[in-house]
Amino acid sequence: SLNEFLLHLLGSFLSRHEQQFRAVPLAGHVGFDSMPDQLVNKSVNRGFCFNILCVGETGLGKSTLMDTLFNTKFEGEPTQHNQPGVTLKSNTYELQESNVRLKLTVVNTVGFGDQINKEDSYKSIVEFIDTQFEAYLQEELKIKRTLHSYHDTRIHACLYFIAPTGHSLKSLDLVTMKKLDSKVNIVPIVAKSDAISKSELAKFKIKITSELVSNGVQIYQFPTDDESVAEINSTMNSHLPFAVVGSTEEVKIGNKMVKARQYPWGTVQVENENHCDFVKLREMLIRVNMEDLREQTHTRHYELYRRCKLEEMGFKDTDPDSKPFSLQETYEAKRNEFMGELQKKEEEMRQMFVQRVKEKEAELKEAEKELHEKFDRLKKLHQDEKKKLEEKKKSLDDEVNMFKQKKTAAELLLNQAQQAGGSTTLKRDKERKK
Amino acid sequence: ISHGHGGSHSSSGGSTLLGYIGIDTIIEQMRKKTMKTGFDFNIMVVGPSGLGKSTLVNTLFKSQVSRKSAGWARDEKIPKTVEIKSVSHVIEEGGVKMKLTIVDTPGFGDQINNDNCWEPISKYINEQFEKFLKEEVNITRKKRIPDTRVHCCLYFIPPTGHCLRQLDVEFMRRLSHSVNIIPVIAKSDTMTIEERQEFKQRVRKELENNGIEFYPQKEFDDDMEDKSDNDKIRETMPFAVVGSDKEHQVNGKRVLGRKTAWGIIEVENPNHCEFAQLRDFLIRSHLQDLKEVTHNIHYETYRAKRLNDNGGLHPISSNDTQESNL
Repeated sequence: SLNEFLLHLLGSFLSRHEQQFRAVPLAGHVGFDSMPDQLVNKSVNRGFCFNILCVGETGLGKSTLMDTLFNTKFEGEPTQHNQPGVTLKSNTYELQESNVRLKLTVVNTVGFGDQINKEDSYKSIVEFIDTQFEAYLQEELKIKRTLHSYHDTRIHACLYFIAPTGHSLKSLDLVTMKKLDSKVNIVPIVAKSDAISKSELAKFKIKITSELVSNGVQIYQFPTDDESVAEINSTMNSHLPFAVVGSTEEVKIGNKMVKARQYPWGTVQVENENHCDFVKLREMLIRVNMEDLREQTHTRHYELYRRCKLEEMGFKDTDPDSKPFSLQETYEAKRNEFMGELQKKEEEMRQMFVQRVKEKEAELKEAEKELHEKFDRLKKLHQDEKKKLEEKKKSLDDEVNMFKQKKTAAELLLNQAQQAGGSTTLKRDKERKK
Repeated sequence: ISHGHGGSHSSSGGSTLLGYIGIDTIIEQMRKKTMKTGFDFNIMVVGPSGLGKSTLVNTLFKSQVSRKSAGWARDEKIPKTVEIKSVSHVIEEGGVKMKLTIVDTPGFGDQINNDNCWEPISKYINEQFEKFLKEEVNITRKKRIPDTRVHCCLYFIPPTGHCLRQLDVEFMRRLSHSVNIIPVIAKSDTMTIEERQEFKQRVRKELENNGIEFYPQKEFDDDMEDKSDNDKIRETMPFAVVGSDKEHQVNGKRVLGRKTAWGIIEVENPNHCEFAQLRDFLIRSHLQDLKEVTHNIHYETYRAKRLNDNGGLHPISSNDTQESNL
């Protein structure tokens, strides 16, 4: 809006001219005009990140559009649509074009719009976006941090897929976009737009735009402050939402192979600007404004999240009465409070532990007592057994003794018998000697 | 239309590029944005008076950017303690705007007793870190935090031809961990080429013996290519320079130089002195790197130490004579 534009202009003017610095002419070529190249080269060495979130109902061609946009076939199993609720599935790919390495992350909403009760559908999306902001914030707040090599997972662009009903936005669409517009750059698109005729499409776009405006939904505006892109961007802004068709299938038209969808009544060519706005989307999203999308995410959406989060945690910039608070002082206070709570919890746990130990000890003592009793019982049993055995042994010994006596008596008898018959043996011996 | 190289496979699935997407246009997009915002560069010059610091800075930036030229009266007396005086100008070249700040340190090394003369300098450097940190921890932050941190410190070594003075070693030893120090041999036209080479070798040896790492520091070399480029530079440092803002006619060309009875010393002639090398190194290849090392290393070190302090952040008052031992 005009007001916003003027405020922005004033702000940048003030910040840039807080102090008037004398401009001095150069008497020759110094060479710092290579600075942007130096900066760009360092970025190229590091590589770039770009994260896109696709929000839309099942079957609106989200995956196909991503494949078409990035001219690739993102391999992977087709998403399972059997989870309750809305889940977010993200995949990261490494693409390279000339010397530019891009880490592209595509996040898809699975199951969006499938539920009977869609009141909470937006929640997991908002949560996902916030989680990425939180991760960055945590890194930023660390004492020892490595921001310059941090893998940025914050969502830079949210493609919102609108079903090609031809009538108006669904209430789910309005609610969701309203919840997301302060957290992410929203680029609404009419999906599978080959289902609508040209005239219906024009009316549909107008209806959508007016509904967005009347509901106060802030969608991403392509920036118009840089003269080199102002014209194309403002033209494109008027074509929003882009009506797209995605296809990775190729069809021969004339003597060229083009990406298209073939019907009995004709062929819809994806890259034909008369057929759909795909080329416009690609131009805007990637070739003209990718860097701006990243910048807006960092300087606007992230800053807002950070500010809200820190205020929620109880930090403030200045205290009207005394010296300005610093984040660190309040952080210290919070840390002390936290430590106090931690100590209390620790004490509680210790008490619980002591209690448990006592209980266990009692249990063990009980068990020990039982064991002793058992041992005593067994010992007695053993003694009884032993006694019994001794008695048996004694009776056995008695028997043996008796047997021995009988044996001795029997042997005596036998001897006597032998002596009587032994003289016969003597006679025989005497005869032999003769 | 350029064709992309085959995409590499990531853990979650591979992809093969079939045609031009346009992701390499991000370079152009980024370049445009940089040129629009412009950038700050802050350079500090340290050395006893009379070594041609202001002249060298003017020669480097082909412009009257030093304090002396900014209309400040040339000091009548050498100050009793080291003062910190900074002056800023906006210069533009090829559509790129730079806010250049020269921080001068008059009085350094000029006293009879120069004990602790590095302290005001150390304090100044830390104050700029503190300023930046304060802005960074605000809840509502500026879109672009003004950067007054010292990105580079040119340390002027007098061309004695012998060895480093104790003051030089002390200063560099104490400050090399909070700022990028680039030592230069000033007024090197008093030495012959052989004397110069020997002096440089001695200086390098002495710095090494004292564990002083000047910029570019070995430990921050990004990769093998970086290392080999920087090794070459490290072997040539400290650069032996001559400064001049006067032009003379040599072989039909106008050149910057110093006219003497025995010849004209051409500042930008690599056979005469190493000014051109210093300029190319400082401005044309390592300008961004100087800023990045300051931001990613020196500033982070300061910040980590600061946040670890039990006392937490205290606003620095004007009565604060507390020495910052950071």
